[in-house]
Amino acid sequence: MQISARHSDSTTIFDVTGDIDLANSPEVRKALMREVREKRTPRVVMNLSKVRYIDSSGVASLVEGLKASRDLNLRFILFGLSPSAREVLQLSRLLKIFEVYDNEDQALSS
Amino acid sequence: MRQRDKTGVSPASNDGFLLKLELHSDPRLLTVVRGALERLTEVFGFSPPDRRSVTRAVDEALTNIMRHCYNGRTDQPIELYCRRVPPDASQVADGLEILLCDRGPAVDPAKMRGRRLDEIKPGGLGLHFIRQSMDTVEYHRTGSTNQFRLVKYLQPMTQSRTP
Repeated sequence: MQISARHSDSTTIFDVTGDIDLANSPEVRKALMREVREKRTPRVVMNLSKVRYIDSSGVASLVEGLKASRDLNLRFILFGLSPSAREVLQLSRLLKIFEVYDNEDQALSS
Repeated sequence: MRQRDKTGVSPASNDGFLLKLELHSDPRLLTVVRGALERLTEVFGFSPPDRRSVTRAVDEALTNIMRHCYNGRTDQPIELYCRRVPPDASQVADGLEILLCDRGPAVDPAKMRGRRLDEIKPGGLGLHFIRQSMDTVEYHRTGSTNQFRLVKYLQPMTQSRTP
């Protein structure tokens, strides 16, 4: 799994490539928490279009990012969910809790 | 595709096994097992959603073993057996049985319920995913071995391609 960030004035986009599972979800969580809690970036966007699989620990990292964002009145957005990623969010009844878009253009114009 | 070693953490029956994997409790190996399960479930004849379900359930079960049975130690043994099983009374087609064996401490069944989903909070989702994904989820303690048995049956419209 690789995670990189693109920054603009009020937005950070994390581009994630590979599977998010027990081996690397702490890395995702760390990046998210730094961006939300420390930098307080107004809008954090997760590009998951190159993520084929997310396990429960990956979902937990996304939930932590969402909760931290809500606590600070910031926005946390996902886009590009694979069928597998969409399924785990549906199974955990979180799909409607997250702000989810099909692609980056939609996410940034929202 | 080989006979089981009777000296290892083996299940009781040795009939009809399709695949056996032995791995250490290292999370970096989860992707390897997922790859094997994706291919096996495809060959077995599952639909794409059911392939993802089986792969997800096994991945989450292995994650639980690594985190809770072995407390994050990465050098402990895990064995995974896959075999074809005939339909039970409520099914019409064969199923794929996956048996996961570890030598961690016994698991308290009361802690295997998973959490409620009406709260938005991280954690506790793995068991929920497993139960949602599989037709049968069982736990047995045999001697010093934990055995997690998962079964997913082919749907009637699904045509199996294995002999």
